[in-house]
Amino acid sequence: MADVLELPVAPNPPQPPRVHYLNQTRGIRSWLFTVDHKRIGVMYLASILFAFLLGGVFAMIVRLKLLTPGPSFITAETYNKIFTLHGAVMIFLFVIPSIPAALGNFVLPLMLGAKDVAFPRLNLASLYLYWTGSLLALVAMVTGGIDTGWTFYTPYSTSTQGSVGLMVLGVFIIGFSSIFTGINFIATIHKLRAPGMTWWNMPLFVWSIYATSIIQIVATPVLGITLLLLLMERLFMVGIFDPKLGGDPVLFQHFFWFYSHPAVYIMILPGMAVISEVIPVFSRKTIFGYKAIAYSSMAIALVSFLVWGHHMFVSGQSQVASAVFSFLTFLVAIPSGVKVFNWLATMYKGSISFEAPMLYAISFLVLFSIGGLTGIILGTLPVDVHLHDTYFVVAHFHFVMMGGTVMAFLAGLHYWWPKMFGRMYSEKWARVSAALIFVGFNVTFLSQFVLGSKGMPRRYYNYLPQFQPLHVFSTFGSWMLALGFLIMAAYLAVSLRKPMDAPANPWGALGLEWTASSPPITHNFEQVPLVTHGPYDYSAPVQQPALQGAGR
Amino acid sequence: MSDQVVAAGHEPYLQHHFAKPEQQADASKIGMWLFLVTEILLFGGLFVGFALMQSRHPLAFLEAHKQLDKTLGFINTLVLLTSSFTMVMAVHSVRHDRRRQAIAFLALTLVFAGAFLGVKYIEYAHKFHEGLLPGRFYSHPGDTVPGQFMFFSFYFMMTGLHGFHIIAGMVLIAWLIRRTARGDFSAQYYTPVDLVGLYWHLVDMIWIYLFPLLYLIR
Amino acid sequence: MQAKAHETSPKTYVKVLLTLMMLTVTTVLAASFDFGSANVVIALVIATIKASLVAMFFMHLLHDKPINSIILVSGLVFLSIFLMLTLLDADTRPDIQPAASSVAAPASPTPK
Repeated sequence: MADVLELPVAPNPPQPPRVHYLNQTRGIRSWLFTVDHKRIGVMYLASILFAFLLGGVFAMIVRLKLLTPGPSFITAETYNKIFTLHGAVMIFLFVIPSIPAALGNFVLPLMLGAKDVAFPRLNLASLYLYWTGSLLALVAMVTGGIDTGWTFYTPYSTSTQGSVGLMVLGVFIIGFSSIFTGINFIATIHKLRAPGMTWWNMPLFVWSIYATSIIQIVATPVLGITLLLLLMERLFMVGIFDPKLGGDPVLFQHFFWFYSHPAVYIMILPGMAVISEVIPVFSRKTIFGYKAIAYSSMAIALVSFLVWGHHMFVSGQSQVASAVFSFLTFLVAIPSGVKVFNWLATMYKGSISFEAPMLYAISFLVLFSIGGLTGIILGTLPVDVHLHDTYFVVAHFHFVMMGGTVMAFLAGLHYWWPKMFGRMYSEKWARVSAALIFVGFNVTFLSQFVLGSKGMPRRYYNYLPQFQPLHVFSTFGSWMLALGFLIMAAYLAVSLRKPMDAPANPWGALGLEWTASSPPITHNFEQVPLVTHGPYDYSAPVQQPALQGAGR
Repeated sequence: MSDQVVAAGHEPYLQHHFAKPEQQADASKIGMWLFLVTEILLFGGLFVGFALMQSRHPLAFLEAHKQLDKTLGFINTLVLLTSSFTMVMAVHSVRHDRRRQAIAFLALTLVFAGAFLGVKYIEYAHKFHEGLLPGRFYSHPGDTVPGQFMFFSFYFMMTGLHGFHIIAGMVLIAWLIRRTARGDFSAQYYTPVDLVGLYWHLVDMIWIYLFPLLYLIR
Repeated sequence: MQAKAHETSPKTYVKVLLTLMMLTVTTVLAASFDFGSANVVIALVIATIKASLVAMFFMHLLHDKPINSIILVSGLVFLSIFLMLTLLDADTRPDIQPAASSVAAPASPTPK
């Protein structure tokens, strides 16, 4: 066995290394055929950022249309396609892969002290499948598009014109990408932890990613069979979802939501994973309630499979089932609440600094809490009867998916950016961007809670004149958001043109990934690390390089 | 692949990010079981749909299933069970460095798999002849209970998906035969044989449930 | 060395195969009697015994590391959650009209 390296005294490898994972081999083939988890993570990152851009453009078009009721610069049919594609692209091509595939692929082996994930070739296959499925989805978009809403409900989806089949096939293939990532991560976490890293002193990021992977493995195949059945209905009229033939359209919804509800936890758990990493570092304090957070991650994974019927309260589902699902929905909020309180308790009496990762983490705490609480409101059966399919629902899921997951993704992106690319970004512009995004987000989506509770239905092209002021306000917010993201794209791109000036550990963080160089060498560590302390022991006397001043 | 380094004294099958062969084998097995769970959930969806539709149309399903040949289904069940036996014997042979015996058992597994598909072909041909086809192509005359076609929608989807997995399994087993003949496996390293075996047993297990649910309804 | 702690003998495999075949015969025989709603239960119980034998012996779960069994059982647990909660809905809906009078095979292809 290779020499082991004892921590907590962090070694000081040459920084930056002359040869690292980015420059060790060159040429496009060395990237397209790599099995290095870091390169795969970077390629995923570029891909999901492109997907975010695409989905974002669709969103801007939707909000632009909604400035006025009635006929506009796009027809109603086009509008239906645009919001459908906004949803499908954002969910399947951006949010679900974002943190696990882009950040997790890069960071997980480093965090565990491993040289790679358990199945590097399967990892590359995941990427290929993601690209293939995305390509099919793009072809579907340009060859007629789909107007079913991202939820593909029958009977409309089984009978409408448009490229439903192609899109469904694309999503089916992306599903395999998700499954393979989940398989890879679980095997990696079980078998590739460094010596000394037990289940109870691995970073909480790992616990949350583990829980995410369980959901990916159990839920995604059901999406697969749902999509196959949809194709069978379209092609062969097998009858399962068609009431004229004795089938049940609500059955489609059961099938669809058995995946899609756990899927939202595939989206939020990795976000929570990042927050558990960022908050202790920027509070200079040990995480509060390590085991509670770990158990909560697993509880969320389990209970997430028990609540899907809360999407179907007004679909024709029986009252008994609806009542049961409503009750179970209240339960699933509890572990999330436990986590929020633990993060707050971590910050309490900590020594807090407000670098960009922490700004996004704090945004997460505020916005995810609002999103989560409004989820409870929607889970209350009699209330949902009025709020279902209104903008209240739209606001809720944007608060959890964007105010939650995207904020956490941005926190992680900024936190690990120096590790991935060896450069620091401009802290000043990062703060400007974070402020614009936080304010813009609230302007865009708080107004939608009001719109929804006043009765504005979702997915509607036209609306009553009394809703216009709030729609205008919301659209204005979307422009602030866009500006914030454009600024972010600019300073991140600019940072990549600088020489590699980042230290190995710019945040003074514990955790094995910070003992590797920035950027890491291809095999991650010169020597196999030996773990002798927990990942958040900020109280222990540790030799750490002083926290570098924020970049220009 | 270009990034892998084979150190001196390193077994050729041990990948560079694993410290020991056991670690690699254990990880591979965990990965395979996780994949099998995805297959269980995939087919499980069809079972759930079948259960729902059967409880909605019990008479139609009962009447429709009489078109299935119980004897052929019974034979196919025995055939597949035997193929599981020959598969596990193939793994056993490789573990004892008996290459030719392994190839023989793998080939036998292929034969039984082929037999399974042959019987299914006979069944399908009979169905097509009778107009018992999926969905819009259903044209069976003389149905006494409306909705019988729905049973056949499920019959073809479930046995079709299962048959697809049989074919995929056969391709994998043929690949194993090639690699075994090349001497890739030994008592020290037989993970691919083990994993394909697990996959094959799962395909058998799915049929163990399909047979009574489709052929033996009362 | 990729050594396993335990090795099943071919004799055991043969015994398992014969048991599986006998159980198959049993399930076919049981289906020829009318036990009412118990028929489905009997068939599923026998199928589960057969599947368990395949899992424990042919797939070596009996002598393998527990994590693999946990993975399998968890998958089955989630599948049963899917089945039970969906059935809960289907079985508690008030019947609107009997299925038989409203069901016909698709007559002609409708546009996709």
